[in-house]
Parts: sequence; C-alpha cells; structure tokens
Amino acid sequence: MEIVLSAAIGVFAGSGIWLLLRPRTFQVIVGLILLSYAVNIFIFSMGRLTIGKPAIMPKGGWVNAAEYADPLPQALVLTAIVISFATTALFLVVMIASKGLTGTDHVDGREPYRSGETK
Amino acid sequence: MIEQNLILILVLLPFLAAIAAATLPVNSHGAAAWVSGLSLAGGLVILITLYPQVSEDEVVRSLVRWLPILSINLNFRMDGFAWMFTFIVLSIGILVVIYARFYLAKTDPVPRFYSFLMAFTGAMVGMLLSGNILMLVVFWELTSIMSFLLIGYWHQSQSARDGARMALIVTAGGGVALTVAMLVLGQIVGGYDLDLVLRSGEIIRNHALYPLVLVLFLIGAFTKSAQFPFHFWLPGAMAAPTPVSAYLHSATMVKMGVFLLIRFQPSLGATDLWFWLVGGIGMLTFTLGAVIALFRHDLKGMLAYSTISHLGLITALAGMGSEAAIIAAIFHIVNHAAFKASLFMTAGIIDHETGTRDLRKLSGLRKALPVTFVLTVIASAAMAGVPLLNGFISKEMFLAETIASHGGNILDNALPWIAAFASVFSVAYSLRLVMEVFFGPEAQNLPNEHVHEPKHWMRFPVELLVAVCVIIGVLPWLADPILNVAGRAVLGPDMAVARVAIWHGFNTPLMISLFALAAGTALWVTARGRINAGPEGPPVLYRIRAQKVYEWLLLRLTWVWPRALHRLFGTERLQTQLRLLVVLGICAAAVAIWGGLAPAEKRIGNDLNPAFAIMWLVGGACAIGAAWQAKYHRFAALVLLGGAGLITCVTFAWFSAPDLAVTQLVVEIVTTVLLLLGLRWLPKRREEIAGDDLLIAKARRGRDLIIAAIGGGGLAALAWVVMTRPLVPNIGDWFLRNAYYEGGGTNTVNVILVDFRAFDTYGEITVLAIVGLTVYALLRRFRPGSESISAPEQQQGYAADRLENFILIPSVIMRWMFPVTLVIAAYLFLRGHDLPGGGFSAGVTVAIGLLLQYIGSNVRWIEARIIILPIRWMGIGLLIATATGIGAWLFGYPFLTAHARYLDIPLIGKVPMATAMLFDLGVFLAVVGATVLLLIAIAHQSLRAARLRELEEEKAEEKATKQKGAA
Repeated sequence: MEIVLSAAIGVFAGSGIWLLLRPRTFQVIVGLILLSYAVNIFIFSMGRLTIGKPAIMPKGGWVNAAEYADPLPQALVLTAIVISFATTALFLVVMIASKGLTGTDHVDGREPYRSGETK
Repeated sequence: MIEQNLILILVLLPFLAAIAAATLPVNSHGAAAWVSGLSLAGGLVILITLYPQVSEDEVVRSLVRWLPILSINLNFRMDGFAWMFTFIVLSIGILVVIYARFYLAKTDPVPRFYSFLMAFTGAMVGMLLSGNILMLVVFWELTSIMSFLLIGYWHQSQSARDGARMALIVTAGGGVALTVAMLVLGQIVGGYDLDLVLRSGEIIRNHALYPLVLVLFLIGAFTKSAQFPFHFWLPGAMAAPTPVSAYLHSATMVKMGVFLLIRFQPSLGATDLWFWLVGGIGMLTFTLGAVIALFRHDLKGMLAYSTISHLGLITALAGMGSEAAIIAAIFHIVNHAAFKASLFMTAGIIDHETGTRDLRKLSGLRKALPVTFVLTVIASAAMAGVPLLNGFISKEMFLAETIASHGGNILDNALPWIAAFASVFSVAYSLRLVMEVFFGPEAQNLPNEHVHEPKHWMRFPVELLVAVCVIIGVLPWLADPILNVAGRAVLGPDMAVARVAIWHGFNTPLMISLFALAAGTALWVTARGRINAGPEGPPVLYRIRAQKVYEWLLLRLTWVWPRALHRLFGTERLQTQLRLLVVLGICAAAVAIWGGLAPAEKRIGNDLNPAFAIMWLVGGACAIGAAWQAKYHRFAALVLLGGAGLITCVTFAWFSAPDLAVTQLVVEIVTTVLLLLGLRWLPKRREEIAGDDLLIAKARRGRDLIIAAIGGGGLAALAWVVMTRPLVPNIGDWFLRNAYYEGGGTNTVNVILVDFRAFDTYGEITVLAIVGLTVYALLRRFRPGSESISAPEQQQGYAADRLENFILIPSVIMRWMFPVTLVIAAYLFLRGHDLPGGGFSAGVTVAIGLLLQYIGSNVRWIEARIIILPIRWMGIGLLIATATGIGAWLFGYPFLTAHARYLDIPLIGKVPMATAMLFDLGVFLAVVGATVLLLIAIAHQSLRAARLRELEEEKAEEKATKQKGAA
C-alpha cells in the first residue's frame, strides 16, 4: 500500500508542478489543486496508514492509542482542505477578473507572441 | 492606588476624546471643540491634584502587567520633569483648541481635526509618562504618525501632502534609529525600565557600544527636534493648519527631542563625545536657524526657522550638561513654548485676516489690528530677549552658561562668540517681523480688503500666553518651585537650589544681550532693503538647501535605484518567478534531508490490496491527463481533476479518516462547480496558440517536465521513507486519550478542531470569510471580456421559452432534493462531535444544496423565491464563534476554552451539549455564508453579461431607429 500511495503522491505533485509552470491561468489553477491534493495526502500519510481504525473513541475507559489512527495529521489536513479551497476560489476570481481586464488568459496578462509574427 | 488610576486616566482621556470627537457629525464645530477642551481640562485637573506628591520629589507610578516575561509592561511614571512637560502639553492644548474653534473654516471637516489633535495629545502624554523605554518609543512613533495626519489635514493641497510625507519620513526614520538605540540600551543595562536605565549611567558610558547607542539615540532626538542636518522638515510642516503649527511644531512635539536629551543626559551625557555632538550640533543649529530666519519672507517659515534656532539653543544647553545648563534648558522650554505658540497664533490671525503671510506684502497693520499689534510686539520682544520678558531671563542663563567652562576645548572657548553672533540675528529677525507687518505705509492689494481684529475668543489664547511671558519676565521667582522640582527629577535630589532672578549686575551675559540688541537693530536697518529684494533664504546659502538633498535622495531611494535593481535582477514574468520558487523549494528540501533519506531498517507496512493499486492507476492517469489537457481542453481537464479528487477522497476513507473523506467530497463538489462557472469567462480556444510548436516552447516544456519529475519523485521518495518507518509516540496519543474526558466528544478529529485547537479553526473561518468578501469585492467591478458577453454557443439558435425548459427534469429533481440536502446537513452537523461530520462539512453541504438550485433554474427565478444574505450568515457565524470564545473569559478561562456535558432531554435521551457545539455552529454559519457568497458572486456574472447584452441590443435598436429617422 505504502509504495502505491507514495507513487500516487509523486504523480500528483509532478503533474501539479508541471502545470504550475505553464503559461495559462487555467493550467495554473488546475496545477494548484493537484498540488494541494498531493500535499494533503502527504501530510495525512505522516500519521502512517492504518486501515479500519478511525479515531472514534469509546465513551469512557482506558484508551490504547496504538489501536487508532493518528488524529493529528487528519485535523491538520482538514484545515488544509478548507484553506486550499479558499485559495482556489480566490485564484479563480483573480483569473476571471484578469481575463476581463487584459483580454487574455496568459499569466502575465499579455500574449507572448502576437499571431502572425511568430514564424 | 488612586494615583495609579489617575495616571492611567490621564493617558487614556485624550484617546477617549479622540474616539468621541471622531464620531461627531462633520460640521459640529462647537461640540468637537468642547469635547476636546473639556477632556484636556480634566487632564489638567488630575495633573494639579498630583502636584503635592510630585513636589515632594515623589515619583507617581502606575503599572499594568502585560508581558512580564519580556519585562514589557504598561508602566507609567510621573516625576517633576514629566509633570512640568505634561502641564505645558495640556494647558497649551486647551488654548490651541479654543483658537482652532475660531480658526477653522466652516467647511473644514472638524471631527477629523480634533480627533487627530486629541490622539496626538494622548501619544504625547504617553511618551512623557512612559516608564519603559520601549513603550516610550511606541508613543514617540505615534506622535510622528499623528503629526503626519495633522500636517496633511488639508490633503487637497500638494504642499500639505509633501510636507506631511517629509515630516513622517524624517521623524519616523529617526524613530527607527531611536528604537535600535533603546534596544541596545536595554541589552546593556539588562532591562527596559526607565529608572534602571537612568541609574546605570556608569555602565552605559563604559560600554563598548556606547558611541553607537549615543549616535542612534541622537539621530532620534535630533530628527524630532529638527536639529541640523534634519531641520528641513519643520518648515515643510508649516503647510499644517496654524493651530497645529502652534501646538505640535513649536510648543510640544518638537520639544520631545530635547526632552529626551535632558532626561537621558545623566545616563548618556557627561562625556566628551556628548559635549561635542550635542553641544556642537545645538550651537550650529542655533546659529543657522537664526540666520536663515532673518531671510525668510513667509511669516510662518520665519517662525519655523526661529523655532529651529531656539531648539538648537536648548540642545546646546543639554550638551553643556552642567546643573545650571539643565535648569536653563528646562526654563527655556517653558518660555519658548509661551512666546512661540503665541507668535504662531498671531501669525494665524494675520493670515486669517489679511489672506497672506508674505512679509513683503504685509505692512502698516498696527491701525487695523491694534491689539494683535501689541501682543505681537511683546511676544517678539520675548523671542529677541528684551529685558523684563521671559525670553530674556532664560537667554541670560544660556549666555552665562556659554561663558562658564566645560573642559576648556576649542568648542567650549568659542561658545560665547557663537552665541553672540546668533543672538544678533535673533534680534534682527524679531525686529523684522514686527516692523514689516505693523509699521510702514498701510498695505495695499491684500487678498482680504477689510482687515479687522478677529473674534475676541480667537485672540484670548494669545493674550493669556503673552501675559505669562510678561509675568515670568517681571516676577521670575514665581517659576522657582516648578523649575526646582523638574530639575531635581532630572539631576537627582542633591541638586543645589536654583534661583531665577532678573538682575545679576552688569556682567558679561548682560553685555552680550545689550550688544545683540544694538547690533541686531543695526543689522536690520542696514540690510532691510536687500533682504526684501533677495531670495527666500540667506545669500549663497539658499542655493544649498537640505530639502533639495532630501528630495534628490528620496527620488533615488524610492524610484530610480529600485527600478535599476529591478531591471537588473527582477522579472515581471510569473512563470520565471514560479520556476525559481519551485527550484529553490526543491533545493531547500534536498539540502534539509541530504543524507537522512535512508529507508528504515525495520519497515512497517500494510499488504498491498490490488483494488487500491488499480484505483490509483486510474487516479494517476486522471492527474496526468488533467495536466496534459488543461491547455486546450479545459472541460476534459476539469472532469479528470474531479476524478483525481474523488480518488483522494476514497483514499482518506480507506485509511481511517472518515472526516477527511466527507470534507474532501463536499469541497470537491463545490470546487468543481466553481471552476465550471469560471470556464464561461475564459477565451475560446479552437486553434493552436501562436508559437506553441516552436522549438523554444518545446524546450521550455521539456525543462519544466524535468523539474516536475524531480519534484514529484523527491516527494514520493520522502513519503515512502517516512510512511514505512514505525510511528514514534507523539501528541496524537494525548488527543486520543483525552478527547472524551476533556472535550466531551468521541470523534477525536472533530474535538481537536472545535476544542483543543479551536483557535486554529477560528483563524481558518476568518480566512474563509475574508476570501468571501474579497471575491465579492473583486467581482463587483468586474466587466467580462467582450467575446464572453454574447449568449453561449449552446444556447444560440433556441427561443427563450425553449431555454427555460432546457434541463427541466434535472431541475425538478434538484428542487426536490433541496430539503433532503438540508436534512443531510443537519445530520452531519449534529453527529459531528461524536461521529464523522461537523460544522464545516454541514456548511458546505447547505451551500451545495443552494448551488444546485442555481444550476437547475434561472438565477432570477431562484432569487425571487429564496432570500439568501450570505454576508449576514458569515458575520453572525463569526460573531457566534467569537462570543463562544469570549464566554470562556466570564468563567476565568482563556479564550475559546470549551465546556462539555451531557444533558438528559426527555424522550430523546442523553445529548452531548458542549460549548464546542456552539462554536461549531459559528463555523457552520460562517462556512455557509462564505461559500454561498463565493458561488453567488461568480454565478451572478452571467446575469451581468445578460444585462450587458440587453444594453447592447437596445443601443443597436436605437441606432437603427435613428438611422431610419435620418433617412
């Protein structure tokens, strides 16, 4: 399981980084979302992978901590999901507004080549 | 105890008045002045009740513990010196308020003026009474800021803005130097308590860092007190309304520098370096200010340079540092405040009545302004040092001190000569002021025709101050008690009793004074014509103006050099920046884990489940596919992105994180919908982007692919190495053991979020609310691109009624699903504390429910039926969360401490009731508000496009009818 999940993190992060370096706003936003998935799973996996032991306690009695998944990375990732949602929304709006203002979806707000002069 | 509170009230009162004044209506001249004046009078009463204690050399203290660990407390102390200074600030403050009441025009927005003025007074009193040197710096900087706001009060004028900015840059820059000096000083003596610093003179003077501390300290004091070479900001500050000039820039704020010099003289002074720097600069400023003042044609400009000169005189006295010099300095602070504030006010009256401040235009006003004439003559005579007035007495003390020996070096020997030279100019400019304005032929062509005396109350403050000048001048022993109390506060209780007298016999100081009076008169009589014809400044010197140097430097520092640096190293291209960032990040991570990335010897792990592997095969394909398609096929990329998100969500569920799975699922839905709504506003992409198949573009993509592969590979390796290592016991175990007992919930993740780490969550919903508001604000002014205005291609060619029913069946289902969604949300919310769910996922679920309505039906149809006020939801949510947090205070616990118990409700049974639940309700409301605000703001753009479309159609129609009419 571990090897599959690490490879998955790698693929997500790689795709995310590649898109982050692309010139179109939509590519960058998709890249940010993919990167945030990768990072969220990465943080989550720092609590190690446990199957079938969610961190839901009995009401009373002594608790053997080793029998449950680590709740701390989960709490951190829950916050991270919310914040990445907020940044995505903000970036999306900046993307729309920048398109409306500049007339292009290039990240620099202007086309690098004007059509016709390239070749 | 009562004194403690009195001192706190004394500091707080002006600030309260500032708030009160700020809330008044724009044109409430009288009310604002009354509020300000009464609060200052209240302060004065407190001050007077404290006098008996202060006069016995007692230091009245007030301590509010704040950060005892860092020895930072709200620590106020009042000794005789601070008492005297506070008295000046408050009493002149009252006079200035009375004066301003009649000075400001009916159209000026007065609440702003009085509010700033009171805040300044508060900052000033706070600075004077600070018992902690860091706190002192804070109040010090606050006065700079208030001065900036007051100089720029008439912000419509360019000179006011420039003057304000210059004053702020110079004095706040000096404040930075002072801050560093105070920090180093605190390190040297081992604490920031003012008393400690004042006691540790020996340690400071013998420390290796003493020269550095001294220079930084002096930069702070000199910038504030407008000493050479920082003096140029003060004339620029004359763009302020005259009450401000009279208050801040002559009587109080500019005296802060000399206040500090005198206060710290016992601990920092009494060295050669001090004598040369403080005494030398003081004398230089004294001379330079007096010389330039004579040649200024602007009345306030002349007074500004005269102020600079007198501040130089006080600084020089602080530099000499003997007991008599300190007493003289303190005395001159009082005297200068009296005559210079009154002169500024008369300058304001003259300006107010005639409409000009140009000495060359003003003439022969003694008939039109008889009372003002007398007042000005007395105040100017005090400024020049004419006998039987207060200025004469402190100036005599100054001259006596220049003659006394202070170590016998060159500067010491030159002091009397410099003093005599500068005094000649002091007499000359005072004479010029009176003669040009009030004598000679009656002025013609003044901007105001009918010059007459102002209202009596506007003149009243001047009369009072001039009376003080005369009383102290004739009966100087009246000042003895206060001077001695103030002097003892600075110099220690062993100070010899100082006695001020008018007559000391025919001694050298008197000779110098008489010589200066005679030579000054002669100078003005002979040079009068040439001064009036000359430029605004002394011959030759006017060409080298410090202000020009400042402007040159400012332009270079804020514009030319940064631009050059930017051209050299910067890039405006986002891709380059991001690439640098990513590469740097990878390098930093590589350096940090270099050599440590070895797999554990005893690896842990779960057996591979083929289903999981296959699922992630799809997930990986989705991610790569999204990356590949995002440029030309956005919709496909979005679908693939959704796939990747869902598989992430399943992964969370698989590995015992149901809360994450739920949250990820709902967030995924909302994100996808948001992006779908956004797609509409992006440019159409049919053909290939120009230059996309060039070799250089391909090379760029290749390079980025390598970076991405390295980054992804590195993260994968790191993840694998950590995941296969056995888990060390960590604080997660503590949370697990205590979730039920301390937090009253069985779902540990939720308990962490709403109880143990509730403050994080509180910050998080605040961020969400801010994002919601930002999006709302950004889109309010948004105009879609021209090609996005027309109806989408898919809708074209259909009649409007067909479009209405475009997705009729899904929309009916969505409408019916709305209550179901709400029930699901309630379910998620209520079980949150014990089972997966919680305020956040419930909030997003409600948002999804609303969103479905927007998708399924016409926006206008929806909004006619449901009223959603997302901003209120958001605000109420934040308020509930905050109130829950503050509620803990009532029971004496820190912010956001939760309380949990089970309540037995009939029929339902035991129900967990924790205050955390209330907090979660706040989270829920804030999340609903923010998310809905986001979605609606974006969804509404289509309405706006429709409106634009209608407008264009109307225009086209109009045009057509017009053309028809023309034909």
